[in-house]
Amino acid sequence: MTDWTKICALEEIPRLGSRVLESAKGRIALFRTETDELFALQDRCPHKGGHLSQGIVCGSHVTCPMHGWNIALQEGRALAPDVGETAIYQVRVENGAVFVLI
Amino acid sequence: MQKMKLVMVGNGMAGVRTIEELLKIAPDLYDITVFGAEPHANYNRIMLSPVLAGEQTLKDIMLNDVDWYERNGITLHLNRKIVKIDRTHRTIEAEDGTVESYDRLLLATGSNPVMLPVPGRELPGVVSFRDIRDVDAMLAASSSYRHAVVIGGGLLGLEAANGLMQRGMDVTVVHLAPWLMERQLDETAARMLQRSLEAKGLKFKLSTQTSEISNLPPLQGEGRGGDGVDTEVKGLTHPHPSLPPEREGAKQCGRVAAVRFKDGSEIPADLVVMAVGIRPNSALAESAGIHCERGIVVNDTMQTYDPRIYAIGECVAHRGVSYGLVAPLFEMSKVCANHLALMGIGRYTGSTVSTKLKVTGIDLFSAGNFSGGEGTEEIVMSDAAGGVYKKLVLRDNKLEGAVLYGNTTDGAWYFQLLREKRCLGDIRQHLLTGQPNLGTGGHQGQTHAAAMPEDMEVCGCNGITKGMIVTAIKAKGLFTIEDVRKHTKASGSCGSCTGLVEQILASTLGGDYSATPAAKPMCGCTEHTHEEVRAAIREHKLLTIPDAMKFMDWRTPNGCAGCRPALNYYLISTWPHEAQDDPQSRLINERAHANIQKDGTFSVVPRMWGGVTNPAELRRIADVADKYAVPMIRVTGGQRIDLFGVKKEDLPSIWADLDMPSGHAYGKALRTVKTCVGSEFCRFGTQDSTGMGIALEKAFWNVWTPHKFKLAVSGCPRNCAEAAIKDVGVIGVDSGWEIHVAGNGGIKTEVAQFLVKVKTAEEVLEYTGAFLQLYREEARYLDRTVHWVQRVGLEYVKSKVLDEGCRKALYRRLLFALQGNKDPWAARAVEGVEKHEFEALTV
Ligand code: SRM
Ligand SMILES: Cc1cc2nc3c(=O)[nH]c(=O)nc-3n(C[C@H](O)[C@H](O)[C@H](O)COP(=O)(O)OP(=O)(O)OC[C@H]3O[C@@H](n4cnc5c(N)ncnc54)[C@H](O)[C@@H]3O)c2cc1C
Ligand code: SF4
Ligand code: FES
Repeated sequence: MTDWTKICALEEIPRLGSRVLESAKGRIALFRTETDELFALQDRCPHKGGHLSQGIVCGSHVTCPMHGWNIALQEGRALAPDVGETAIYQVRVENGAVFVLI
Repeated sequence: MQKMKLVMVGNGMAGVRTIEELLKIAPDLYDITVFGAEPHANYNRIMLSPVLAGEQTLKDIMLNDVDWYERNGITLHLNRKIVKIDRTHRTIEAEDGTVESYDRLLLATGSNPVMLPVPGRELPGVVSFRDIRDVDAMLAASSSYRHAVVIGGGLLGLEAANGLMQRGMDVTVVHLAPWLMERQLDETAARMLQRSLEAKGLKFKLSTQTSEISNLPPLQGEGRGGDGVDTEVKGLTHPHPSLPPEREGAKQCGRVAAVRFKDGSEIPADLVVMAVGIRPNSALAESAGIHCERGIVVNDTMQTYDPRIYAIGECVAHRGVSYGLVAPLFEMSKVCANHLALMGIGRYTGSTVSTKLKVTGIDLFSAGNFSGGEGTEEIVMSDAAGGVYKKLVLRDNKLEGAVLYGNTTDGAWYFQLLREKRCLGDIRQHLLTGQPNLGTGGHQGQTHAAAMPEDMEVCGCNGITKGMIVTAIKAKGLFTIEDVRKHTKASGSCGSCTGLVEQILASTLGGDYSATPAAKPMCGCTEHTHEEVRAAIREHKLLTIPDAMKFMDWRTPNGCAGCRPALNYYLISTWPHEAQDDPQSRLINERAHANIQKDGTFSVVPRMWGGVTNPAELRRIADVADKYAVPMIRVTGGQRIDLFGVKKEDLPSIWADLDMPSGHAYGKALRTVKTCVGSEFCRFGTQDSTGMGIALEKAFWNVWTPHKFKLAVSGCPRNCAEAAIKDVGVIGVDSGWEIHVAGNGGIKTEVAQFLVKVKTAEEVLEYTGAFLQLYREEARYLDRTVHWVQRVGLEYVKSKVLDEGCRKALYRRLLFALQGNKDPWAARAVEGVEKHEFEALTV
């Protein structure tokens, strides 16, 4: 069963930053880009499981704080030359509130 | 919008590299069309030598096959030479009449081999050594003929000679100068080289001028006297055992048969390879009225006198110099791509080059000015019997040139010292014995990459073996240490194996690829160096990251995890209290003020001033450990207690409960100040080292620095606090304090250097603070003090810190920066600063 679930206000996630969502599906990292796009990824780096939420957001990817892999926020895929994938969740913003499909 | 049209003439190494760079940064800007006179896609010309020698095949040396062009939407015309440029209508025309129009034109026509103007140079069997066709011709000749003569004893000539010898030919190298490779080698090294090549079977005629190439075989008893004829060659009268039938009566078939010299001597030749030099191929540009002077003249942005036309590679003359090695050409490519991509930042300012001879079994390296001259000093090591020779030329205590023969292990290191114009200082003592940190840090002293077994671990941090690196270099066509790092991670972590990885790169590729530009940009997001970025921030009073990026035309919208933290540091250290600190541009340790661990938990290290604690603090630590079920408590190597495995959300309350500042144990900041017992209790103590250490730590504890900064204070020269391996080490002596700087106890142990001796504790604070501030203002982000001082030289540091006016000003600026800084832990624990960082969302 998946549902659009209201999580928080957009303002609660810092620009170029992230928040961690503890959910029944485990830790989900919510990222907000400079242009206010929102992305939700499983908070697990495909390399060695680093917490992506703790990384630095640049453009449309996040750099893992453990060993520096870059993960594309849109697809959850590692940027070349690394190879790997992290699960993604759908997100939308409505009237300043953030919803995730979980 | 219609794309602009970019047309490239010349499908060689420099040109295609430019397109690759361009596609990386502006993939959609142009419709690209490429014309190449050769029938092949882009191959690695350098590797023609190993192909000739039978060590590699043509397939191995393709860099970009036809598919690559197709995949990237590039229109490729092979076998089509461009003969005309019409600048008015902006079109070009090929030999076969194909016409193409352009918005931007890129000339990358390489160079042409010089053919000596001697009679007989057009005879069949006379070739140059430049492209696949030449190699094919040589291989064909080697299978049916015996005698080869190579004219020219430079790099190319010797590689050709070696290859032909490997293919079974009897090879004589004829050279005009008195010794081989006179442009790269001094006489001693050249003689050693000649001897080893002779031992392999090559013959030489030095100081010899060719006068004629002939299709008449030499007279019986050739070598009719003449000076400088090597005895071995004299009196050669081969009965031509391998003569193919069509060669009977060489005159009819017209093929080359002999080479004659000015002194009247002659030798038989069925193949003549001319390798006497190259000339920039600028004829096409010249015919179109583009300004040329022994090469197409370009400015620092690789633009010709016609602003729509760029030129790159061996065909250009930049500041009066034409280059014939790939490393500088690749640097040009980067700059050219930057301008083609309309970014307009990069500048090419010239290169220092180094050379290597690609003859298996011969190790030869040279770089810079090695012939000495006024104002230079020479350090020479010569072991003729052992076949090792090393000559280093120094000027003003900086390396200016190097020739290595027999053991070139340290070539990359010398070349780096040379390019960086690094002040030698202490290194000078072990300059001859080679790079100190190559192969340290768990590499079992292995320093010869070529001799390493394939399965030996090179990068201990990432578990990368030599074999994995070699495979990646070959399969992915990697050229630089940065590429290797990116693809394999080798040397990407602690970096201690960088020297080894560079060697593996060099020995795998053969050619000299390892060269990186002298002035390295900060990262891929910008063309600017650290120094340029700092200067811009200072001179234009930039206060935020977006402003700095905008001002300097950053390529990426928000930079990367490399440059953002660096920019943030440069801003706040240059404009304290004014620039905006950006938590999102700090690495997690500095954002959360704790050290992230492999499972995502954190470690907390409360500050214990000078390593001193008391029962109340210890009790609080114990209580916190109980209350938050801390899985491990350990005493650190820095004289304090560390709580491991703490959950992020517990951090603020742990800090509140501890009520101790948590050390900047996690950031690029002042770390610990280790102290020893000192005069208070120790029977040897001359000074109160504990008190001094506490005073230093309390004075500077919340300062941000380019990399971590560690102090130690010992009470006497027995030095129990290990002050000799700290960024600043203070050692008490009877009459005062000695201050040592730029030591390091980490990846590569470096002993701190003596800076000054002072009398009072106030002076220790002032000198230490001034050194700290100079480091803060001038080092590159992620330089430890040792790296920075090695680069600028201790003399420079002394000139600033020992000068009273300068020192006091530095110290004042440091105190100003520290004024009123809040304790970041208290702020988070008590005031709830950055609350969102620590609280998880729930559903
Ligand atoms: C905790 C401690 C080990 C211990 O249990 O003793 C430690 C732990 C770490 N060190 Fe260290 N170092 C510790 C003392 C040292 C020392 C000894 C010292 O300071 O007296 C050194 C050598 C001295 C020096 O730096 O010159 C040291 C040289 C390094 C280096 C190599 C630095 C270099 O420039 O060569 C790194 C890597 C880096 O900083 O990039 C490093 C990095 C690290 C990191 C932060 C790795 C990381 O990025 O996560 C480790 C954190 C582990 C964790 O999970 O919290 N650690 N580390 C020590 C903390 C001391 C303290 O109280 O603050
Ligand atoms: C045998 C050999 C060994 C070498 N070894 C080393 C080494 O160890 N290390 C090192 O750094 N360098 C080495 N070099 C030099 C290196 O290969 C060159 O510096 C490099 O290839 C030059 O690149 P380029 O793009 O300027 O020219 P090229 O690679 O020569 O490319 C120019 C291309 O343009 C084409 N062309 C010319 N005019 C026209 C026209 N009018 N229309 C269409 N196409 C045209 C040519 O056919 C050619 O394919 C070696 C060179 C050779 C030949
Ligand atoms: S604590 Fe230091 S030496 Fe130990 S594993 Fe971590 S970084 Fe390496
Ligand atoms: S766990 Fe993310 S890069 Fe290694």
